[in-house]
Amino acid sequence: MARVVVDVMLKPEILDPQGKAVAQALPRLGFDGVTDVRQGKRFELELDGEVTEERLAQLRHAAETLLSNPVIEDFTVRVEP
Amino acid sequence: MTGVRVGVVTFPGSLDDRDAARAVRRAGAQAVALWHGDEDLRGVDAVVLPGGFSYGDYLRCGAIARFAPVMGLVVEQAGRGLPVLGICNGFQILCESHLLPGALIRNDHRKFNCVDQRLRIESTATAWTSSYETGQEIVVPLKNGEGGYVADDATLDRLEGEGRVVARYVGDNPNGSYRAIAGVANERGNVVGLMPHPEHAVDELTGPTTDGLGFFSSVLAAVLDRGAVPA
Repeated sequence: MARVVVDVMLKPEILDPQGKAVAQALPRLGFDGVTDVRQGKRFELELDGEVTEERLAQLRHAAETLLSNPVIEDFTVRVEP
Repeated sequence: MTGVRVGVVTFPGSLDDRDAARAVRRAGAQAVALWHGDEDLRGVDAVVLPGGFSYGDYLRCGAIARFAPVMGLVVEQAGRGLPVLGICNGFQILCESHLLPGALIRNDHRKFNCVDQRLRIESTATAWTSSYETGQEIVVPLKNGEGGYVADDATLDRLEGEGRVVARYVGDNPNGSYRAIAGVANERGNVVGLMPHPEHAVDELTGPTTDGLGFFSSVLAAVLDRGAVPA
């Protein structure tokens, strides 16, 4: 058993209205000092067996085609220790 | 009837497939119902991907619909010149399928917007807009939560330079779309994506205007011009 985590974030140049809403809500609730918020997605993929380089490459491909839209988003893939 | 057959794809969560089919019939073509799981386009002459919330908008709008069996065929046939119109969620699906550049993100003001929207037709050199005059202004409904069209500057410059901006919002930008873009086309002009809803403006009783009918009469003319329609 292994877990691979894929984080997906909007590219820096793409407006993030949700992150903006959160950033505006924070000081209203008394949480000061946060200058910006960007909201992303985290996927936890549970695998059976070992994580090989080949399977990681497959998952990177999945992250590129399904889990993220490379036109507007960046992603990272990592194996959870 | 003209013998032209226009397919309208229904995905789980599509809303506007019936109105799209009705608009197709109003324009004088036959509407052919296609299902997301179909592996056959039934020989249609054009395809409409309607608005709605395919697959509940899970993951990203249009991201899952892109991998529906029917979309494999639509992408393949679009590459051979099949006219395809994506409206609202259909536009999102076309961007996710990379048939059109750019992407659609949440409205910059974060609210769902439902208005009768004035548009300017910027290009009539597509299969779906030839019935209009360049610069013509039309009013059709617009209703979206994630209708902000975004792309990098190089892509936007290329779209403008190649005359592929099909329609632009007139007046206040309703959703934060870059350069007020409401619709774009592929290089060949057979694939068009549009955020507003021409299929809701084909009947005086139920729509603000009948301005939307031109999209459907355009494709009829495009198909008949190609001469590929059996009598």
